[in-house]
Formats: sequence, structure tokens, C-alpha cells
Amino acid sequence: MSEAVLSIRNLTVEIPTRGGILRPVDQINYDINRGEILGIVGESGAGKSMAGNAVIGLLNRPAKITGGEIWLNGTRIDQLEGEDMRRLRGKHIGMVFQDPLTSLNPLLRIGDQLTETMLEHLDISRDKARKRAAAALDEVGIPAAAQRLDSYPHEFSGGMRQRVVIALALCAEPSLIIADEPTTALDVSVQAQIIALLKRLCRDRGTAVMLITHDMGVIAETADRVAVMYAGRLAELGNVRDVVTHPEHPYTDGLMGSTPLASKGLKRLRQISGSMPRLTAMPEGCAFHPRCEFAQDICRAEPRPKLNGGRSACHFPIQQPAEETA
Amino acid sequence: MLAYSLRRLFQSFIVLLVVGLVAFSMFRFVGDPIDSLLGQERTQSDIERLRGELGLDDPFVVQYGAFLGRAVQGDFGLSYRQARPVAEIIAERAPATLELALVSAGFAMFFGVVLGIFTAIRRDGFAANAIMSVSLIGVSLPTFLIGILLIYLFSVELGWLPSFGRGDVVDLGWWTTGFATGSGLKALILPSITLGLYQMTLIMRLVRSEMLEVLRADYIRFARARGIREKSVNFRHALKNTLVPVITVTGLQLGSIIAFAIITETVFQWPGVGLLFINAIQFVDIPVMAAYLMLISVMFVAINLIVDLLYFAIDPRLRADRSGGH
Ligand SMILES: Nc1ncnc2c1ncn2[C@@H]1O[C@H](COP(=O)(O)OP(=O)(O)OP(=O)(O)O)[C@@H](O)[C@H]1O
Ligand SMILES: [Mg+2]
Repeated sequence: MSEAVLSIRNLTVEIPTRGGILRPVDQINYDINRGEILGIVGESGAGKSMAGNAVIGLLNRPAKITGGEIWLNGTRIDQLEGEDMRRLRGKHIGMVFQDPLTSLNPLLRIGDQLTETMLEHLDISRDKARKRAAAALDEVGIPAAAQRLDSYPHEFSGGMRQRVVIALALCAEPSLIIADEPTTALDVSVQAQIIALLKRLCRDRGTAVMLITHDMGVIAETADRVAVMYAGRLAELGNVRDVVTHPEHPYTDGLMGSTPLASKGLKRLRQISGSMPRLTAMPEGCAFHPRCEFAQDICRAEPRPKLNGGRSACHFPIQQPAEETA
Repeated sequence: MLAYSLRRLFQSFIVLLVVGLVAFSMFRFVGDPIDSLLGQERTQSDIERLRGELGLDDPFVVQYGAFLGRAVQGDFGLSYRQARPVAEIIAERAPATLELALVSAGFAMFFGVVLGIFTAIRRDGFAANAIMSVSLIGVSLPTFLIGILLIYLFSVELGWLPSFGRGDVVDLGWWTTGFATGSGLKALILPSITLGLYQMTLIMRLVRSEMLEVLRADYIRFARARGIREKSVNFRHALKNTLVPVITVTGLQLGSIIAFAIITETVFQWPGVGLLFINAIQFVDIPVMAAYLMLISVMFVAINLIVDLLYFAIDPRLRADRSGGH
């Protein structure tokens, strides 16, 4: 068996609307290995969350998976429904949402929310669960963890609450964590701490992570590989170092150009002109061609470029510059 | 919490003072009490003596103060019509109204909450939609019409249930109860439904909309993402949050049940305080009217206070300032 915890094959999510069928996720492919962090980037509306929700089986109607396969630890899970999928959530796939202020039930003590999750998935006694809950809080860096079990969410700061959320997502020891913009809603000062925490915990346990974010800086420092999404499609997929230093897809290049990166020094920030096409008006061929400075006729025609095992879905990938000499 | 409670207590006190003022003023504007107390053959000295005895020559504020002082001790004077202490008459009638209100409130609460949850969880189901449509009728039909329809169906056509009165009651000395006999219980059914139906529909619609709102919250999504089972998501996570806002409205509704009892008691000739009030109006029996007004307002104020305290009990965020939280 391969080492992949998660394998996504040609995953397609569709939303039927009166104006036609929208495809917020369109035939994407990637694997995440044990202990690996895969960053997912792309501008707002690119389908990042939709892909994550599809994996954990929490797509909001009317969106649904209409094609492709999702494999988790060698088991196909995209066709599971109801109870079967529910038993998988929390136990095999954990999820961390964007806003820690609204992710926790305000009326339940955090200790109860933790034990509830553990009792659901693990075969342990209530006492044992409570002990493990305290240990879990301690592990995510909550001071005096045992005493805080009886606290309510509002008694914690935003950063502390996101730590609780991470403890909750990890408490049944899932093999995959989907973190959907886990730091976007937090103070800049605590963002780095939360990312470092997530990274450490997952490395220690060998948990695979799907890290969805807008922040190329976070990706560059945290992820092993990165997938760039554009209009529901995968534009580029590769090792973080390669993608950041030598983007192949013109969209990735634009994305890097518009992100201030410490490693690149303070270059002038570029912006990609125009905006992502709406799902209701997808262009023929490559979805990026209307904004692309290198676009040729072939880019405007079907069939659109695919990744096909390579790094980027582009007819004219940016050539690697001659090897830099340090 | 303490400061808040004190403020609420103070507000309640003001409300009661104002209602007391209105009740007191009725005596002055609706005819001269001397006329009703002394017959046709009266002398000027009789009138003056009585005015002195009754304190009618004292300044307004003194009279008002004396009125309140007596009211607090449960002394509302003599009924003009029955020439007996008003307090005694009301005490006789109160059990009938309170038992009716209790049963209708229980009916409204139970079915309101249960149907509200049901229609929220099964929001697309046929049964839920049918209940919602029927409930619209419940809200739009006036109480007396519902009462008459019920009487027509169950008393006149089917002959199952009595159309008026309390049935056989058991006298406990300080209380008369219809709960102890079969005919007493049967007599309660139609009036209780009539009185509680409107409240039930209201509570049901409120519970439904609150619950739908809560089910969309992030923490519900997060609970699902942790693999919490649907039953627990609905009844542990969602219901508790639903009940917070529902409690206030429900509390006020229960208060209004006692006030609305007037109509139901009239339709069913139910020997309660409401019917007493209607009869008092016909005979311009001011002391009875004034006492009724004050009792109802005390009831509303008390229910309001209890609702506030319940709020504190259920929502830890409101308790924050007491525990000196963060
Ligand atoms: N019910 C719906 N009907 C139509 N379009 C929808 C619906 N739900 C989502 N979409 C579209 O699906 C696309 C993908 O949304 P998604 O939330 O996955 O984007 P995202 O990459 O996570 O963006 P963000 O960075 O803003 O979170 C968006 O273009 C959105 O407009
Ligand atoms: Mg998103």
C-alpha cells in the first residue's frame, strides 16, 4: 500500500442551480502522506473549503460530489453516507474551522465538549476521558488545564479558544486534519503560535494535514507541499520550496508576486489584473487565460491543460531560470 | 448580577406603583363612592361623616398611599355588588383560573416545544410542512371562535366533553380543585386547549425559527465535524441554545395566558377570576376591577423577574460578571 493517508482522484463537486450546473471543484487530484502538511492556496472562491468539506462529508446542500474518488488510508470514503460517514468524522478526520469564537458551543463546558467527542469515538470510561481531556488541553498549551475543564468558551481568549478547537479536533487521534484558515480570524501576534502548535502536534503524531489558507507566508513556513487552486481547478502542485522560488504556472507566479515574502526580499509587489471568473461564466480552455499575459490560442481552446503528473496545468509553464549561484 | 437584579426589582416596583395609580384613579373617575355606599335618604352630615371616615378629604397622595398600604395587605375593600371583601371573592375564584392557566400553559409549552423541534429537524418533510400550515390557522383564528368550534364539535356533535363549568370540584378549604374528579378533569380539556392553542402555535413557531438559526451555527457544524451523533447534535447542542431566547417569550406568554383567560372563561362560563372581572365591569364593581388589575400586573412583573433569573441559570455568559470572569 502506498503511504498516502488521503488520496483524491478527479474529485468533482457540483451545485445544481436554475442557471445550470456550477462546478466549484473540478477534477482535482492530490495525495497527502503520513505526517505531511499539504498547503492549499488560492484566492477567495477558488473552491478550497468546498474541497475540504467534500473530504469530511460536510458539503452543504445542494452541493454534492458528482465525480472522482476519495480514499482515506486505503478505504474509499466518498460514497459513505449517514452513520458510516459520521463515525469517520472526528475519529479519522478532524477539522479546524476559521473562527474559534463561534466554533465552540457557548453553553457547554469545554471539558464536556472534549469528553463527549472522546466517548463517541474511543472505548474508554468517563473518568478516563476526563483525564485525557485535561492532558489534551495541556498538550495544546492551556495553562492549569485540569482546572480549565469546567470553564465555558467565553472565559478564553480567541487564541486560547483556537487551541481548544485544535485539542478537540485531535482528541480522538485522527489520521488527517483539515484546517480551514485556522488563523485568519486571529490576532497577528497569535497566528504564528497556533500554526507552530498545529505543526508540532501533527508532526509528533504523524497526522496528515490539509492546511487551507490565503497566506503564502504561512504555507512557505509550514507546508511540505502546496496545491494552488484556481476557479475550482488545480493550477499547480509541488514542493513548497520549488513552487515558491520557481512557480511554473503564471497564476502562481502572480500569487507569489502579490505576497510579500521575507525569503524573496522586498521586491515591488505585483498584482494580477482582473478577477477570477465566476462559476456561472467559466471560459473555455484554461480558466486563467483571460488574465494571463502568455495566453495563446491553444489556451482558449479545449481540452484544457491538466496536471497529468507534472507540476502545473499550463501549456506554457514558466521556464526554470538557470541555476542561481549563491 | 446583583446590580442587575436590583435594577430590575426597582423597575418592577415602579411599574406596580403606576398600575396602582391607574387602579386607584378608577375610583375617582367612575362615580362617587358615597353615592353607591349611601342610599337615597342621606343627610349632608352623613355624607361628611362618611367622607371623613373613608379619608376622602385627605390630600390625593395620602389617599393613594393608604390605598396602596391596604392593597399590600390584601385589602381591596368591599365589592359594591356582593358587599363582601374583594380579597375573599378573588380567593374563591382564583383556583379555577390558576388550574385552567396551569393546564393550558403545560399544554402550550409541551406541544409548542416538541412540535417546534420536530418541524425544525424535519424542515423539508411533509408532516412538518402540514403542521406549519395548520398552525397558521391557529394563529389567525380568534380565541372565542376556537372555543365555540370546539364546543360545537366535542360537546354538541360528539357529546364527549362538557361545554361549560368546572365539573365536580373538591373543596380543600383554602383551595377548590378540579384535578381530583373525572368530570373536573374532563371539564378542563376544552377550555385549556382554547386558551393554550394560540400560545402553543406561537411557541412552536418561535422554537422552530430559533432552532433553524442555531442549526446553522458554526459550533453545530463543528460538532458534526467531530462526529457527534445527530441525536446529540439536535438535543444537546442545538436545543439548549434554542431555549435561551425561547424562555423569555414563553414566560411572557404564560403571563398573558392568565390575562387572556377572560375570553375563554366567558365562552365556557368558567367560574374563575376572568369571569368575575367581566361581571364586575357589567356592574361597575370598581373594587373588584381594581383588585383584578393589580393582581394581573403583579403576576406579569413576577413572571418577568423569574424569566430573568432563568436566563442567568441557563446561560453562563450572563453569569460572567458574578464569577469575575475575563
Ligand atoms: N449554494 C451555492 N450556490 C452557488 N454557488 C456556491 C454555493 N456555495 C458556494 N458556492 C460557490 O462555490 C465556490 C467555492 O467556494 P469555497 O467556499 O470553497 O471557496 P474558498 O476557496 O474556500 O474561498 P474563501 O477563501 O473565501 O474561503 C465559490 O465561488 C462560491 O461562490
Ligand atoms: Mg473557504
